[in-house]
Amino acid sequence: MSAGNMRLTLKVWRQSNTDTKGGFENYNLDGVSPDMSFLEMFDILNEQLIEENKEPVAFDHDCREGICGSCSMFINGQPHGPLKGVTTCQLHMRSFQDGDTITVEPWRAGAFPVIKDLVVDRDGFDRIISAGGFVSVNTGNAQDANSLPIPKENADEAFSAAACIACGACVAACKNASAMLFVSAKISQLALLPQGQAERSIRAEKMVAQMDAEGFGNCTNTHACSAECPKEISFENIARMNREYIGAKSSSKVL
Amino acid sequence: MSWFTQALTSSIGKKVIMSLTGLFLISFLVIHASINAMIFYNDGGETFSHWGHFMGTNPIIRTLEIGLVLGFLIHIADGLWLTKLNQSARPVKYAVTNASANSTWYSRSMGLLGTLILIFLVIHTSHFWIPNRSNQFATGEELNLYQMMLDIFQNIWVVIIYVLGCISLAWHLLHGFKSAFKTLGLYHVKYNDAIRVIGVAFSIIVPTLFALMPISIYLGWVY
Amino acid sequence: MATSSRLDARIPQGSLEDKWEKYKSSVPLVNPANKRNIEVIVVGTGLAGASAAATLAEMGYKVKAFCFQDSPRRAHSIAAQGGINAAKNYQNDGDSVHRLFYDTIKGGDYRSREANVHRLAEVSGNIIDQCVAQGVPFAREYGGLLSNRSFGGVQVQRTFYAAGQTGQQLLLGAYSGLQRQVGMGTITMYNRHEMLDVVKIDGKCRGIIARNLVTGELERHSAHAVLLCTGGYGNVFYLSTNAMGSNVTAAWKAHKRGAFFANPCFTQIHPTCIPVSGEHQSKLTLMSESLRNDGRIWVPKKQNDTRAGNEIPEEERDYYLERRYPAFGNLVPRDIASRAAKERCDAGYGVGSSKLAVFLDFSAAFHRYGQGEANKNNITNAPESQILEWGKAVVKEKYGNLFDMYKQITGEDPYEVPMRIYPAVHYTMGGLWVDYNLMTTVPGLYSLGEANFSDHGANRLGASALMQGLADGYFVIPITVGAYLAGEIRTGHISTDHEAFVQTEKEVSDRIQKLITIQGKTSPEVFHRRLGKIMWDKCGMARNEKGLKEAIVEIRALREEFWKDVKVMGKIGDFNPELDKANRVADFIELGELMCIDALTRDESCGGHFREEFQTEEGEALRDDENFMFVSAWEHIATEKWELHKEDLVYDNIKIAQRSYK
Repeated sequence: MSAGNMRLTLKVWRQSNTDTKGGFENYNLDGVSPDMSFLEMFDILNEQLIEENKEPVAFDHDCREGICGSCSMFINGQPHGPLKGVTTCQLHMRSFQDGDTITVEPWRAGAFPVIKDLVVDRDGFDRIISAGGFVSVNTGNAQDANSLPIPKENADEAFSAAACIACGACVAACKNASAMLFVSAKISQLALLPQGQAERSIRAEKMVAQMDAEGFGNCTNTHACSAECPKEISFENIARMNREYIGAKSSSKVL
Repeated sequence: MSWFTQALTSSIGKKVIMSLTGLFLISFLVIHASINAMIFYNDGGETFSHWGHFMGTNPIIRTLEIGLVLGFLIHIADGLWLTKLNQSARPVKYAVTNASANSTWYSRSMGLLGTLILIFLVIHTSHFWIPNRSNQFATGEELNLYQMMLDIFQNIWVVIIYVLGCISLAWHLLHGFKSAFKTLGLYHVKYNDAIRVIGVAFSIIVPTLFALMPISIYLGWVY
Repeated sequence: MATSSRLDARIPQGSLEDKWEKYKSSVPLVNPANKRNIEVIVVGTGLAGASAAATLAEMGYKVKAFCFQDSPRRAHSIAAQGGINAAKNYQNDGDSVHRLFYDTIKGGDYRSREANVHRLAEVSGNIIDQCVAQGVPFAREYGGLLSNRSFGGVQVQRTFYAAGQTGQQLLLGAYSGLQRQVGMGTITMYNRHEMLDVVKIDGKCRGIIARNLVTGELERHSAHAVLLCTGGYGNVFYLSTNAMGSNVTAAWKAHKRGAFFANPCFTQIHPTCIPVSGEHQSKLTLMSESLRNDGRIWVPKKQNDTRAGNEIPEEERDYYLERRYPAFGNLVPRDIASRAAKERCDAGYGVGSSKLAVFLDFSAAFHRYGQGEANKNNITNAPESQILEWGKAVVKEKYGNLFDMYKQITGEDPYEVPMRIYPAVHYTMGGLWVDYNLMTTVPGLYSLGEANFSDHGANRLGASALMQGLADGYFVIPITVGAYLAGEIRTGHISTDHEAFVQTEKEVSDRIQKLITIQGKTSPEVFHRRLGKIMWDKCGMARNEKGLKEAIVEIRALREEFWKDVKVMGKIGDFNPELDKANRVADFIELGELMCIDALTRDESCGGHFREEFQTEEGEALRDDENFMFVSAWEHIATEKWELHKEDLVYDNIKIAQRSYK
């Protein structure tokens, strides 16, 4: 089962750094096994490039089990490739055919500048969380965990929203490069839980303001984000965020 | 910036403006389609002209008409602004996209469909609304809109343009109707199906009704 | 035997139950005005690092946090699946702080420090409170209260969880606290930065040298204290459940600057991982231990049985864990479950194409849960197929994401055929030696979480890693760091122009220069794979004197070859993952040597360290408490040269016994 016999042509975006223009390079790759993950296939490609004294392709990856959110390849026109509900690292070569040509691009968004090859800068997501994606509770202030019963369905729904891995596939998939699924997942999680109530309004206002400042596009409700989300975060979160924001803007005392 | 302008110029604010103006225009379509459908009484335009006269002269309606014009202008301007911003949010485009795997073509083409509708709208208003209102301002008299319809829709090209306009409107509504509700946060498992069904029905019935008017006149079903 | 004079664990006096309380009330404090002028560097942003950084910033310290990932939220704590232990006794099943303490010491095969472990058990409840307050969506019962499940090596239900993504939810909680402080300007975050050395001035740790992984520039950062929260070193085996980027470099640099490395050979092999499928494999994926709550582990009774799992009838199956350990059954601790699987496979009973796998079977659980659903709905005549259907739905709710993950990787549907699993490297109990304050042997240099050695002895119990990381970060270090920093209030800002910074940066720079100029023929990846094979074959689940001696020779040769033949592509002043990798592999090679030396020195079997020469007649680990009840703390002297210092382990509150789960 080790080395396989698939042959592929890879069309990969190469770009030296943020300031230079990039372009596609074509690579032929033999001996790909259907049991390999997509990233393992890239490992093989890189070994081959090193042997040819060429610089390997840079790509973000870490846990390789679909939870860290590092990997971020736009494969044949879709973030994380053709399968639903998986990240690039969980995509296996059995999803492709022998002889396929596969085009691999980085996430494309003004708010996600390319650092190198397939690696993009997603710091904007961290700044959005800094703007309000938290409950302001200092260590040591907490009361007993069971003093606050939470209906199971609310807890479950909050969990589903909290499952977001901030990979950015939503932005990559959206025709407008909008980050609303990411932002709304965090706003939803905390709006659904009693712990999040105290800062509910200010959170929605500040996170949306930061999202806008980062230069992400505006949602037009195409649902591409949730269709491509590897964690299948529901589109309902965006509607909830709209509600939260409209409510906050119209009722909060912040002028 | 005051909280109000800040809210309206935020990403969600801009969406809300699209949504509210869109819903307002949808409500206008109901009135417009209902009154124009009076031609199907085939009574020589009597019922149609009666209501047309009411709409053209009632002071409340005339005041609301200013709102309608504003509604159109804001919807169009906001749409253009959003389109521009959304395009600049992705300065480098993808070489390959497989968007059909994750969304419908018409949901991604609202700007294009809107532009087609806008072109149609220019033609349409220059056929009826602009000459009629100009005449009203100039002479205080209304034109005979029914007769104008009978005349204008004798030209096959005009009929084709109108039908194409209605088709654009149908696709635009197919996404726009339910999208407007989502933007306002009205999205709930209990009501989503109802909104979707009503939206689809509306998007088919209203444009079909509109399209039938030039067709019927051209084919002589209405005379 | 006496503790080396070089090791002072600074364990507070008093009875075990009172130590921490008394310590907290007597530890020196730093007043708020002084805190503003004291800088703390936190390296790593997993559970330990993020929680420490957030808490220290809340207290008023100036914090700089570093991570090599593109965001602090991606640290590998995020991948922990099963849960987090806490002695809350919400289930009223007799749990207590003492019981958690006892289970942890026993689970660690009596090789951990009493005082540290007791403190861990004491603060465990606070962790759950803190996380819930942050909005961590733990699993709940219909009444709205928190749900618990059981884990290996334990007979109570004390594990809190969020589906199979507990680590993710806890980390995002800590990360949100960290980002909140970043937003307030009290933490400066340096992502895509890797710490490449520790800077010492007059014997104290005064800062670090870090490489900006985007620009390749070396940066000097000074601080009054440095906290290494950099995780474990399981990737020394190449294949492990760790993330690709997980590495030992920060801890190893600290070691080479004087921090002792403790018990490096104590590695945990997790029993339930997806088996290796081929040469191309880059990492192994864990299937949460929580699956052993409901899954039954077995192999065919016949050797070399090639039938599919679901075609082998009940009477031809050997549920070997239930057979050998009736009291704990499938929930024996990890080291025992792993060795039992290896024993069966070595004896020729393994399954799958590689024969290096055993079955983890849920058919009994499908039936049991399905019947439960039928009973709940008062249905008495449901057909078996319907019952199984209901049962699968219940299992899906509990472990759905794990089943999906399994199917994704193997292409097999675990609802239909039993899972195949095999042990894999998962966690390292060893790490930098720390005292009660979590300070290493270098003053001002601390180590938290998996990076230190302190709480898990020779084997860690499931759901205890998350507990330890957060205990260290939220509740221990914020108190204990005061003991040192109270003496630093007059130090003032530390200039990075100091000779020590210049010199250390030069050493780092020289090494990078050397790595990139060798331009040999072999990529860092290939060296890593070769190191991993030596380690797994000779210092893995079972070790023996001969193999370890061979391994040491082979690793030394590999190190020399590496420095002659490594091929690093790309440039220094660039985003260059190959260079990062080469830096890490170089350190792994040195660590591997020390691990083998440590394993060779410890002439006993305990926990995850199984020396084939030391086992009972039934094949269980044979501890030697008389001669080896100590922590091995290694001091780096020179290349290939270490000195062993021993810290005696004293058990005043626990009766030491042969560990039995039978």
